[in-house]
Amino acid sequence: MLTPLAAMVRKDLQLFFSDRRSVIVSFFVPIAIASFFGSIFSGPSKNGEPARIAVMVVDHDDSAISKAIVAGAQGDRNFNVAIADDAAARDSVRRGKTSVAVVIPKGFGDKSGAALFGNGEKPELQTLYDPSRATELAMVRGIMTEHVMQAVSREMFGGAQGRAYLEKTIPQVEASTMNAQQKALLLELLRSVNGFYDAGGTGGAGRPGGGLTMPYVVKEEAVTAGSNVAYNGYAHSFAGMGIQFLLFAMANLGVEMLLERQRGLWKRLRSAPVSRRTLLLGKGISGAIISLLILAVSFAFSMIVFGVRVDGGWAGFVGIAVACSIMASTFGILVAALGNTPATARGVTTLAVLMMVMLGGAWVPTFIFPAWLQQFTLIVPVRWAVDGLDAMTWRGIGSSGAVVPILVLLAFAAAFSAVAAARFRWEET
Amino acid sequence: MAILDVTHLRKSFGSLTAVDDVSFGLEAGQLVGLLGPNGAGKTTTVSMIAGLVTPDRGEVLVGGKRLTGDTDPAKRRIGLVPQDLALYEELSARDNLRFFGALYGLSGAPLEKAISQSLDLVGLSDRARDAVKVFSGGMKRRMNLAAGILHDPDILLLDEPTVGVDPQSRNAIFDNLELLKARGKALLYTTHYMEEAERLADRIVIIDHGRVIADDTLAGLERSAAAAGGPITLESVFLTLTGRSLRD
Repeated sequence: MLTPLAAMVRKDLQLFFSDRRSVIVSFFVPIAIASFFGSIFSGPSKNGEPARIAVMVVDHDDSAISKAIVAGAQGDRNFNVAIADDAAARDSVRRGKTSVAVVIPKGFGDKSGAALFGNGEKPELQTLYDPSRATELAMVRGIMTEHVMQAVSREMFGGAQGRAYLEKTIPQVEASTMNAQQKALLLELLRSVNGFYDAGGTGGAGRPGGGLTMPYVVKEEAVTAGSNVAYNGYAHSFAGMGIQFLLFAMANLGVEMLLERQRGLWKRLRSAPVSRRTLLLGKGISGAIISLLILAVSFAFSMIVFGVRVDGGWAGFVGIAVACSIMASTFGILVAALGNTPATARGVTTLAVLMMVMLGGAWVPTFIFPAWLQQFTLIVPVRWAVDGLDAMTWRGIGSSGAVVPILVLLAFAAAFSAVAAARFRWEET
Repeated sequence: MAILDVTHLRKSFGSLTAVDDVSFGLEAGQLVGLLGPNGAGKTTTVSMIAGLVTPDRGEVLVGGKRLTGDTDPAKRRIGLVPQDLALYEELSARDNLRFFGALYGLSGAPLEKAISQSLDLVGLSDRARDAVKVFSGGMKRRMNLAAGILHDPDILLLDEPTVGVDPQSRNAIFDNLELLKARGKALLYTTHYMEEAERLADRIVIIDHGRVIADDTLAGLERSAAAAGGPITLESVFLTLTGRSLRD
């Protein structure tokens, strides 16, 4: 059995490496795509800055408050702010050059100051946003809230606009018909604020004070393999793309088996005194070796060039890589067993592989899926492979964390093999 | 004594009976021509003998013993030259033969010797390192034959081995087959070409609609035709027996 088996494996490896297109698609394309995705999802580099959101501001108010809001936004490290008029802002958002435009209407400063004390109608702060970048709108809304609150409170508790508002409000309160005790208390408060202004308590040198600020600071810690280990997005992207392309390679192995049948080669194989098990095992082993090579080359590149590390445990990493390769190889044989013709098999399996890698989180993280879909992806082998490789690389979970993914991947391999063996067409006419 | 005995073979695919009660024998040093129109059941018969298709009924005896499964060592006594060019185009001639030889358990020096002998026989020794994809149609046909005889089988099943080749290559293949016959090999040869059967066959089995309708030597068939008052070429005998209607 060993001589035919070894010959089957050697022959398939020879054929694979003699096809330059297959080699390029299987080894170099995943590296190129994973490098691209990794650069996007890796976050800022150690010394780099985060990508800034393009924001336009239209200031119709031109008040001290609106100017302070604009100045605050311009100084924010998350924004790249440009000043524009209505038409330019709307056009820029429509063309996708700007994520969000903030329009400060005339009278915003006066109305927002009054609204701060609960008097009067709240003014509108209009936002024009690109619907394809709605997540950036949420960020802009949150950050602008801080700048607006800071500008309005600073002006109302220390600026000329605030003093003017008090001077206008005190006589109104005096003339009002409110309860005498309440009136006295309110007038005392307002006069105290005025006294505060007169005493120069405005932040020094006539400048307004700091205004309301966030009463806390956020300390963020990315939980990775260790406290000093930065998240390396390349680890995830190389896992995802590596698995995607080894699945493509193995689907191609299945299509090649159908082509071998079409060319009459299986007649030769079947006429030889070789068992069916040996024939399928030979295909399976050669497929697993090719798969393993694809993963090895991809990860070796990511380690050398992008500093990806196996922080979880080499035993677990190798175990998952081997289990994943076996799963992919049996998937290829399943394609050969279920496929009618090479052409139809190629089309169907391309769709199947793309679905598996999308649902498995190889392209985008699974957490963005609806809850029911996240549960569904547990029956997709790619999900286990990607999660397992993530656990062994940047998450830094020990090799014990690889046991479940390995068992699940091997279970998928066993299921694929069983179906393939049952459905394989052995008779050659 | 026949080295290959085919007795009462039957095979159906759904409602179609492809082979129905086919029996014949083949002796060492003999070439039997298996003739029949398209769809007569020739390839299905060869496939059953080679173990590619399981008969519904009947049996194939090799040296008096029934084949007992995929790994029966008796399968080493059979060589198949399929109608398709069953070769790996990307591999060299030598690598193709190395692989096919290994399937029959050959390795090391015996395998290399067998490869050299096969390539010598079909006249491709000087192209051993070339990929099959650069071969001409005739060269590929000869390679197909080399792959079938590599493990030195006693019985060679040839399913239309000269389809689409030029006269030179066809003649070379005939020479190869006559040499093999002279070495005591038993050859079963399916073909549409009457002149091939006339040149090569010691006995001719004509099959149609899955049944054997004639089994005799060329001379015997011609005698029968003459006795019936008809023309006495093999082609005329064939057309008389199988009819003139077109087959798909």
